[in-house]
Amino acid sequence: MAKPASSINKNIHAVGQWIDERSNISEFWKKHLSDYYAPKNFNLWYFFGSLSLLVLVNQIVTGIFLTMHYKPDAELAFASVEYIMRDVEWGWLIRYMHSTGASLFFVVVYLHMFRALMYGSYAKPRELVWILGVTIFLVLMAESFMGYVLPWGQMSYWGAQVIISLFGAVPWIGDGLVEWIRGDYMVADATLNRFFALHVVALPLVLLLLVVLHLAALHEVGSNNPDGVEIKKHKDASGRPLDGIPFHPYYTVKDIFGAAFFLIIAAFIIFFLPEFGGYFLKPDNFIEADPLVTPDHIPPVWYFTPFYAILQAVPDKLLGIVLMGAAVMILYLVPWLDRSPVKSLRYRSWVSKVALAIFAVAFVRLGMLGLSQDSSPAELRLWTFLYFAFFILMPIWTRFERTKPVPERVTK
Amino acid sequence: MSYRHILTVLVLIAMTGATQAAGKGGGLDYADTNVHDRASLQRGANLFVNYCMGCHSAQYMRYQRLTEDLGLTEEQVEQFLVMGDREISDYMLTAMDADDAEAWFGVTPPDLTLTARSRGTDWIYTFLRSYYLTEDGWNNAVLENPAMPHVLWDLQGIQRPITETYTDDEGQTHIRVVSLELDEEGRMSPRDFDRAMLDLTAFMEYIAEPAALQRERLGIWVLLFLGLLTFLAYLLYKEYWKDVK
Repeated sequence: MAKPASSINKNIHAVGQWIDERSNISEFWKKHLSDYYAPKNFNLWYFFGSLSLLVLVNQIVTGIFLTMHYKPDAELAFASVEYIMRDVEWGWLIRYMHSTGASLFFVVVYLHMFRALMYGSYAKPRELVWILGVTIFLVLMAESFMGYVLPWGQMSYWGAQVIISLFGAVPWIGDGLVEWIRGDYMVADATLNRFFALHVVALPLVLLLLVVLHLAALHEVGSNNPDGVEIKKHKDASGRPLDGIPFHPYYTVKDIFGAAFFLIIAAFIIFFLPEFGGYFLKPDNFIEADPLVTPDHIPPVWYFTPFYAILQAVPDKLLGIVLMGAAVMILYLVPWLDRSPVKSLRYRSWVSKVALAIFAVAFVRLGMLGLSQDSSPAELRLWTFLYFAFFILMPIWTRFERTKPVPERVTK
Repeated sequence: MSYRHILTVLVLIAMTGATQAAGKGGGLDYADTNVHDRASLQRGANLFVNYCMGCHSAQYMRYQRLTEDLGLTEEQVEQFLVMGDREISDYMLTAMDADDAEAWFGVTPPDLTLTARSRGTDWIYTFLRSYYLTEDGWNNAVLENPAMPHVLWDLQGIQRPITETYTDDEGQTHIRVVSLELDEEGRMSPRDFDRAMLDLTAFMEYIAEPAALQRERLGIWVLLFLGLLTFLAYLLYKEYWKDVK
């Protein structure tokens, strides 16, 4: 620490020391920020991890303020959201920050996951980082689904109806399970109430814990980079990686820049396109939930549509649900499906590049098909097939493709 | 570099998706509303209170809000817009009893606060101008067999349908409305009526989201601030990274 210059500084320093002697907080700071060495060759794709954290904080803070005025009651919920939008000071801004944040959360998380697929960030020794990340993604899906039910509009209600009824396909216990989840014979006040509890207390706690573990696991093994080179292999005399730079201040200032740029995009949506053409806030959700009126078309929010499309691709309900679940669960296996000696796509052959490109196209295309009610079954199946082929065939092409020599040190 | 190629492909796909989404419209007329035009909102409020609120409510909207947002004094709002014994602090509720409404129309007239957000302004604008009279009574080219009669007919006049007969794929013949023709002039010229409906649509867009007025005004400043912040953050980043070789 810097030398104290005045008596005030001296006192602050003393307090700092008093705390540090009892908590070792400066050790923590060093381990995770000022002495955490990250590769110096991070590119654009490496912004999305810190941006996910930023959005998470935004969701928690705006969420806390929303709960101060929201009423988790089937009779009052819809009106309380409109009350927030009209009569609560800055309520509209907080609500739009939360609703836009939900969609942007998935934007940054999907890009973050895609980055990992490109550069092999899941590969040994980072399997645990990846597993925790996929789990975060799973919990995030549950969290956002339950949050979407809370405004109690038509899409909230019927979306909940559709998703919960999927559990009814489970053999033997299906009906009982559905009833247990809803807490009633239909989606009703009891459902709204428990979803509120899960959305604002239970799942955020789980998410936070998982995020802490995700970062702890990452800092244990160190970050990967676009070259897929282990920077810990080449250290200087004092044990610092030659290709590493301290996370703080280098990546903190870089991430502040990235965050500011991201906020421009977020603010543009919040202030000028909060509904985002019906993708972030659906028109039908401005109609209060009515158990007696089923909407013609109940599409999920855009971030679920790729998985919803996979469900639609299969005529059999149970098989469709199994496949939809498998589409997420298969991510867990990626570290072991990939048999390549090389991490980064940069040093793999065109086969890997084409495979990842096809997978990305399949995912986006499924997302588009899932929005529509009458997508062609043949096309749905084609992209579903390609989605799974990417994972299932991965052990084959990654083992046999010709890789390029990986440099010893990171490149510019 | 490979990730650039992949990114390009992704952007291209995303763009085809955007054009597909923009292709929706379904034959509705474009409502060129402007919620920042106070005179338009005032005229719309007048129409809304006089013609819609006989049966419909705007249950989430307070009269009070109209003072600030529409540039009116409390006295003006009380005198021209608040009906009967209601207070300016009340929500904009119809005087019609819900049970009566159901007995008379078969349904309770829906609340109109959020219609502009659920149906869209184009829909409202087209719907209001698409009533026509047949031997069976009022009908509407946008919403077939509406429970609501054409309450604005004395303004618009009476439109008659021009129909055509067509045969569907299964060989059944149907009649459909191709266009509407003004048969009897109303108190307004067609041009004035269109403009009045645009005002009414603008007012409904406003009550659906009064915050839109603040949000768009404030948004410019937020973006300017963030632009500056990003620029400074960029300089800071470049300054620190000078020594990263």
